[in-house]
Amino acid sequence: MSIFVYVEDWNGAYKKSSFEAVSYARIWANSLNTSVTALTSSVVSNPSVLGEYGADQVLTFEIAKTGFGLAQQLQALIQNASGVVISGTNFGKSVAPAFTALSSGALSSNTTSTPITISPLTVKRGAFSSKGIETIELSSEMPIICFVPNSIGVQEFPTACTVTETQAEGNDLLSVEEITIASGKIALPEADVVVSAGRGLKGPEHWGMIEALADVLGAATACSKPVSDIGWRPHNEHVGQTGIQVNPNLYIAIGISGAIQHLAGVSASKTIVVVNTDPEAPFFKAADYGIVGDAFQVVPKLVDTLRAFKADQ
Amino acid sequence: MNTLVCISHVPDTTAKINFTSDGHSLDATGVQFVINPYDEFGLTKALHLKESLGGTITVLNVGGPETEPTLRKALAIGADQAVRIDAIPSDAITVAQNIKNHISANSYDLIICGQESIDYNGQQVPAMIAALLQLPFTNACVGLDLSGSEATTKAEIDGGHATFKATLPMVIGGKKGIVEEKDLRIPNMRGIMSARSKPLKIEMAVEGVAPTKAVSFDKPVVKTAVRMIDPENVEELVRLLHEEAKAI
Ligand SMILES: Cc1cc2nc3c(=O)[nH]c(=O)nc-3n(C[C@H](O)[C@H](O)[C@H](O)COP(=O)(O)OP(=O)(O)OC[C@H]3O[C@@H](n4cnc5c(N)ncnc54)[C@H](O)[C@@H]3O)c2cc1C
Ligand SMILES: Nc1ncnc2c1ncn2[C@@H]1O[C@H](COP(=O)(O)O)[C@@H](O)[C@H]1O
Repeated sequence: MSIFVYVEDWNGAYKKSSFEAVSYARIWANSLNTSVTALTSSVVSNPSVLGEYGADQVLTFEIAKTGFGLAQQLQALIQNASGVVISGTNFGKSVAPAFTALSSGALSSNTTSTPITISPLTVKRGAFSSKGIETIELSSEMPIICFVPNSIGVQEFPTACTVTETQAEGNDLLSVEEITIASGKIALPEADVVVSAGRGLKGPEHWGMIEALADVLGAATACSKPVSDIGWRPHNEHVGQTGIQVNPNLYIAIGISGAIQHLAGVSASKTIVVVNTDPEAPFFKAADYGIVGDAFQVVPKLVDTLRAFKADQ
Repeated sequence: MNTLVCISHVPDTTAKINFTSDGHSLDATGVQFVINPYDEFGLTKALHLKESLGGTITVLNVGGPETEPTLRKALAIGADQAVRIDAIPSDAITVAQNIKNHISANSYDLIICGQESIDYNGQQVPAMIAALLQLPFTNACVGLDLSGSEATTKAEIDGGHATFKATLPMVIGGKKGIVEEKDLRIPNMRGIMSARSKPLKIEMAVEGVAPTKAVSFDKPVVKTAVRMIDPENVEELVRLLHEEAKAI
C-alpha cells in the first residue's frame, strides 16, 4: 500500500504545486505509516528531486496529453493504493474527476487541509466560494485528494528515492491543436502574491503602475470582473466568485470596492491589503491592512519603497 | 443539433451563507436560488447553436422539486424541454451517474455543463460524465466552434490557452467566453408565458451509495479589525508586511 501522487510538470520543469503535492502525499503517508509513490512525466530531467519532498519511489512514463488519457494511465499504474493526491491546477482538475469515475473512487476537490482524521478519512475543503468550509468524509478504497495550490505549502521531507521508467496506455479523446502561454507571466492560481486592480483605476492605460508593483513583488496580476468585462484586462485575470479563486499569501487590492462576489474569490488569501479612496469601501472590512488614498499617488510610492526594501534584502 | 445543458441550482451570488445550527447543511432560509452563473453561459451558447443549426435544447437538473423554478427559468430563456432527475444531489459521482444514464437513454450531440457550481465548488461533475461515457471533454472552455460534427474548443490552462479538436458528441465545462456576458439571455414576457406549457419531465434516479459525505460546515474565521495606515507612510505598510505578516 502506498500513497500515490501525480506530479505535474510544465514543459519538463516542476512547479511549486508539484512539490506541494509530494509534501501532501508524504504527510498523509506518514499518518498511515506507508510509502509515497510519485508518478510523473518522463520528459522531466530531474525526477529524483521529488525525494526531497518525501517521495520513496518515482515512476516516470510518457504521459497522455489530456485529462482523460492521463486518468486511464493512472488507473493502469496505481495498484495497491491507500490514496491518491493530485494538485488542483487546471489540468489536475480535469484529471482527478475522470480518474475518480474510472476507479470508482471518492474525490475531495478544492481541498484545503491535510487529513484531519484517517479512519474515516476526513479533510477540509472550500465551499460556497470561500463563504464556507466543509469537512468531508471519503469512504472508498480509493480516496482521492485534489488540493488547492498554496493551501498547505511546500514542505521538505528528504527521502532516499528510486526512479523507474515505465509505460501505460492512455487514450486522448481529443487532439491538442495549439497551446499559447502568456510568457513571463506568473500563473494566478499558483501565485504567492497577487496584485489586483479594479474600476477605480479609470482606464487600461493606468495598469503600468500595477504591473510595476507586481514586478517588484514577483506577483501575478488580477482584476475585478467589470475590468475584464469592459476589456481593460484579459478575462483570465478576472478573480472572484465567477472568476478564478485565489489564495495567495498576499493579495493587494487597488481601486476595488470589495463586492461580495469579488470577496468570494479572494478572501481565503492570508494577508489582504486594500487601497481605496473611499473609507467606506466594503473591502476594508475584509482587509488586514488598509490605506485610504488615491491609487495614483499611493501605488507609485509603494513601488519605490518596495524597490528600496528589496534592494536592502 | 440536440444539446443537453446541465444546470445546477445554486444560491444567488449575493447570498449570505449560513449553516443550520447542527452544522450539517446550508441554511436555505432567505436564500434566493438561481441558475448557476457558469450554466447561464452554456444555455446561451446552446441557444446560439440552435439558432444557426436547428435542433432542440434540453435542460437537466438532478435535484428535488425545489429546483423546478430554476428549470422553468431556463425554459423561459429558451430551452425546449426540461428534465429533473429526482434525487438529492449530495455527491458528484452519483449526480454524474444519473446524468450519464439519461444521456445513454437519449441522443445528444453536445453536452454543455458549467465549469463549476458556485455552491460546492466541485468542478467534478462534467469530467465525470465525460469519463463515464468515454466522451471527449474540455474543461474551463472559453470557446466552442462547430463545423459539422467536428468541434474546436478553446480552454483556459494555467497561464494561457489551449485549442483542441474533437468529434461530437462531446462534453464541455463552460464559462464566460463561450458567449460574452452582454449576450446572456434573460427571460422576457413571451418566454415566461411559453415556459408554462413546455414539458418538464421528472425521471427516477438510480440511487447509488455516495462515496463522499459532508460531515459539517463552518464559516471562515472573521478577520480582526483592519489596521489603517497613513497614505503618506507606505514605509509603515512595507515594514508591517515584512515583520508582522511575513508576507514579503
Ligand atoms: C452574478 C454576478 C457575479 C459576479 N462575479 C464577480 C466576480 O467573480 N468578481 C468580481 O470582481 N466581481 C463580480 N461581480 C461584480 C461585483 O458585484 C462588483 O460589481 C465588482 O466587483 C465591482 O468591481 P470594482 O470594485 O472594480 O468596481 P467598483 O465597484 O466601481 O469600485 C471601484 C472602487 O474604486 C475606488 N476608487 C475610485 N477611484 C480610486 C482611486 N483613484 N484610487 C483608489 N481607489 C479608487 C472606489 O472608491 C470604489 O470602491 C459579479 C456580479 C454579479 C451580478
Ligand atoms: N445537480 C446537478 N444537476 C445538473 N447538473 C449539474 C448538477 N451538479 C452539477 N451539474 C453540472 O456540472 C457543472 C459543474 O458542477 P460541479 O461539478 O458541481 O462543480 C455545473 O455547472 C452543471 O452544469
